[in-house]
Amino acid sequence: MKPANRSRRDFCRRGAALSGGLVLAMTLPAFGGRAPAGRPRSGGTSPQEPLNAWLRIGSDDSVTVLVDRSEMGQGVYTALPTLLAEELEIELPLINIVAAPVGDAYVNAANGGQVTGTSNSVTDAWEKLRTAGAQARMMLISAAAQKWRIDPAACRAQDGRVVGPQGKTLSYGQLAQAAAKLPVPKEVKLKPKSEYRLIGQSQPRLDTPGKVDGSAEFGLDVKLPGMLYAAIALPPTLGGKAASVDSADAERSAGVKRVLNTASGVVVVADHFWQALKAREALRIDWAVGANASLDNASIFSLLAKTAASNPGLSSKKIGDPAAAIKSAPKTFSAAYELPMLAHATMEPMNCTADVQATRCDLYVGTQVQQSAQAAAADAAGMKPEQVNVYTTLLGGGFGRRLEVDFIPAAVQASKALGAPVKLIWTREDDMTHDVYRPPAREEIAAALDASGKLSAWTLHITCPSITARFDPTNKDPFDSVIEYVQNYPYAVPNYSLSFTRQEIGIDVGYLRSVSHAPNCFAIESSIDEIAALASKSPLDFRLELLAGKPRHINVINLAAEHAGWGRPRRPAQGRHLGLAFMEGYTSVVAQIAEISVTGGELKIHKITCAVDCGQLVNPRIVESQIESGIVFGLTAALWGEINVDAGRVRESNFNTYRLLRANEMPELEIILVPSDGVPGGIGELAVGPVAPAICNAIFSATGARLRSLPIAAHKLIGS
Amino acid sequence: MTQLTVNNKILEVDAAPDTPLLWVLRDHLAMTGTKFGCGMALCGACTVHVDGVAMRSCVLPLKALAGKSVTTIEGLSKDRSHAVQRAWIELDVPQCGYCQSGQIMSAAALLHANPKPTDAEIDAAMAGNLCRCGTYPRIRKAIHRAADLLA
Repeated sequence: MKPANRSRRDFCRRGAALSGGLVLAMTLPAFGGRAPAGRPRSGGTSPQEPLNAWLRIGSDDSVTVLVDRSEMGQGVYTALPTLLAEELEIELPLINIVAAPVGDAYVNAANGGQVTGTSNSVTDAWEKLRTAGAQARMMLISAAAQKWRIDPAACRAQDGRVVGPQGKTLSYGQLAQAAAKLPVPKEVKLKPKSEYRLIGQSQPRLDTPGKVDGSAEFGLDVKLPGMLYAAIALPPTLGGKAASVDSADAERSAGVKRVLNTASGVVVVADHFWQALKAREALRIDWAVGANASLDNASIFSLLAKTAASNPGLSSKKIGDPAAAIKSAPKTFSAAYELPMLAHATMEPMNCTADVQATRCDLYVGTQVQQSAQAAAADAAGMKPEQVNVYTTLLGGGFGRRLEVDFIPAAVQASKALGAPVKLIWTREDDMTHDVYRPPAREEIAAALDASGKLSAWTLHITCPSITARFDPTNKDPFDSVIEYVQNYPYAVPNYSLSFTRQEIGIDVGYLRSVSHAPNCFAIESSIDEIAALASKSPLDFRLELLAGKPRHINVINLAAEHAGWGRPRRPAQGRHLGLAFMEGYTSVVAQIAEISVTGGELKIHKITCAVDCGQLVNPRIVESQIESGIVFGLTAALWGEINVDAGRVRESNFNTYRLLRANEMPELEIILVPSDGVPGGIGELAVGPVAPAICNAIFSATGARLRSLPIAAHKLIGS
Repeated sequence: MTQLTVNNKILEVDAAPDTPLLWVLRDHLAMTGTKFGCGMALCGACTVHVDGVAMRSCVLPLKALAGKSVTTIEGLSKDRSHAVQRAWIELDVPQCGYCQSGQIMSAAALLHANPKPTDAEIDAAMAGNLCRCGTYPRIRKAIHRAADLLA
C-alpha cells in the first residue's frame, strides 16, 4: 500500500536532505518553535540534542526516541526503540517515546511514504535503526575520546555512559552536545547475534503502563484550551450528499456554536460532544442519494460473477499451458470462492482534532499516514503542507482504516470556521456505515490432476474492485494488491496462471489487515484441500509433496501438525476434526490447524494451533501477541464478518449487528515460534489469513460440506 | 449543577441531566481514561464502577448518579498498584490499549465479587468487553494472576 505521491513531494522542504541517514542539528518541526499546549515533549527538562533523526539526548541524560511508525497495538513503540537501544547500549525503560513528525527521514521505502502498514515496520527499521544506534554510540565515544585526548578504540559504551581507561566515565548526557557536532561515521559494524542484549528478549512493552491507568493518549483524548467538539451527519447512502440543510433547530440547541455544510457531511460544532450529538438529531437534511440508490450485496456479487464469466482478466503470471493441461487431464477441479466486504471496526472510532491558526494548523490524529494527513489538512485549511504540524497520537486500532484521511478535512474546516480548536468525533454508527470496506471478491479456480494423481495445473482468476486505483491514482500497477500471496504461490505445479479483472462496484474499498492475503489464502487453501480430496490424499501429505524443497514451509506445517496431534487418532466421542491451512506472506510463513466439532448444526472451535517462522524475533512476547491478535481478527472475519449494503446503505451499524468475537467465544490457542536468524518478517497481519480456510477445511472433514463463501454463519451446517 | 462523587471526590457538573456519564467524565471532568466505543453498552470500553458495580457509562445519564459513587480507571489506584493493573503490566496485556480501561474495570469488579474465578466465570464476566486486538487469552491469564496477587 502506498500513500499518494502528491503528498510525498510536499515534504521535501527546506532542502533538508534527510535521505535515510543521520542529519545533525536538524530542526524537527514537532520540537521547533512553540510547543502546543499539553504535548509531551520529552522526558527531560533540559534541551535535547538531536544525534540523528530518531534520537535526542538531554544534558540531564534523558533519552528520547522518535518513533516514525504509528503505535496501533502491534508494538512498534517497543520494537523500534529496541533496535536502536541495542546498538546505543542503553536500557529500554530509560527511553521516552515521541511520535515522529512528518519528515523524509521517516519514509518507509517499501511503502513509498511515511506509512505504517504492510507489516514491515520492523523489517524496514532492522538495518536503519540499528545503524542509527551504532552511529550515535560511535559519535558519543568519539566525543569522550576527544575530551580525554585518547584513542576512541580505548573507550567503550555501556549503560548510557562512555567508559574509558582507569575507570573514567562520561554519561551520554554530558557528551551529547559535543557528539552532535561530530561527523556521522560511515563505516558501522553492527553487533553479531551472539552479543544481543535486547533483541530476542521479551522486553516489557514501553506503552503498557499508560494503557493500564487511563493516561495513554489516543486521538479521542486530545484536549486543548478552548477546544470545541463536533459531530457530523454523514450521507446515509454511500456516495450521497446533502442537497439542502435546514439547521435552524440544531443551531438553537444548547451549546451549539455553528453548523457547517462541508463536502464530508454536515458538521455540528458545540461546547461539548453530547450537545453536538443532540443537535445533530435536530438537523433537517435532504440527502441527494447519488449513484448507489439501488446497490445491494446481491447486485454486487452478481456483477462480479457476470464480469468474471465474460472477461478472462489481465494475466499477471503464467507458467506452461494450464488450459491444455486441464483439457487433457483425467481429473479436473473448478470452484468459485466468494469473499464478503468487511469493516475495520477499530475500537476507537474515527476522530481528529484540528487547531487552525493564522499561519499554521496543528493536527492531532491517530493516523497511519502522516504525510497524507498533513496534505489533507493543508488542502482543507488552504495552507501549504509545511504549515501543518501532525502530532500522531496512539491509535485505538488501525487495521488499515487509519490509512485513510476521510475524517480529517471536516475537523480542519470546522476549526478554521470557528477560530478555535475542534475535536470531531464519528460515532460508532458513523464509523461502521462509512468505512472503506475490504473489497468483495470472486475468486475462480480451475485445476487438474494428472494420471499419477499429481497436481498438473492450477489457475486463479480474481474479480474485485481496486483499492489502490482510488488510494493512489499515481500508482499505475494494474494488479493492485489483489495478487498478494498468489504471486508467490508456494505449491509446485507445472502449469499455472493468475489473472485479475478489476470490477468497480460504486463504493470505496480499502486496505484491511492482511488485505488480499486473507481472501487469496481462503481460495488457495480451500482449493488445495478440495484437490487433495479429489486425489484421495491427506490434506497434509498432499501439501508436503507439493512443497518439496521448501524446508521453511514444511517445517511450520510439520510443527503445527505435531502440536495439534494431526494423524493421531481422535476419540470419536468428541467428534473433533482438524483442518489445515498454510500461508506465506510478509517474508514470513505460517501454518494453522483448527480443531472443531459440529454438533446438531452448531460449530464449535476448540483450538487453533499456529506455527510461525518470521525470521529473527525482536521481541518474542510481542510476536506471540500479534499472532494471537491475527487469529482473533481472523476468527471474527471467518465466523461472522460481513458488510451488507441495502439500497446503497450499509445495514450493519454497531456491534449488535457487526459481531466481533467475545472472550467467552475464544478457542484455546497454541502458538509455536520458530527460532531463526533471518531478517525479521511481518507479524501483524500474518496470522489472519489461514484462520478461515483452516476452519472450513475442518468443517469439510467433519461434515463433507465445502464452504466456498464466507462468513461461516451464512451457511447452515449439518451436524456430524 | 449536578453533584456526584467521582474517585472519592465530590464534584459539581454543569451538564444537561441526560448527558451520559461517559461524556461527563471525558469532556467536563477531563478524565479521558474511560473510552467511547459504541454508545449502546455493547462493547464495554466505557466501563466504570458505580457503587462498586461495573456499569457502562455510555448509557448512564448524569441524573441517575445523584448520591452515587463513581470509580474510573484514574481512581482504581494512584500508582498502578491495583492487583489487576500489576497483573496487566506483568503480562503485557494491552495491544492498542483502547479497550483496556474497560477491561481492567470489569476485571477489578469481578475479582471484588469473586476473588478466585474459574475460566468460565472469567469468560462470563468479561464477555461484555470487546477487544478488536484479541487480547482475550492474556486477559484471562492476567485475571488469574491478579487473583493470585490478591490472595
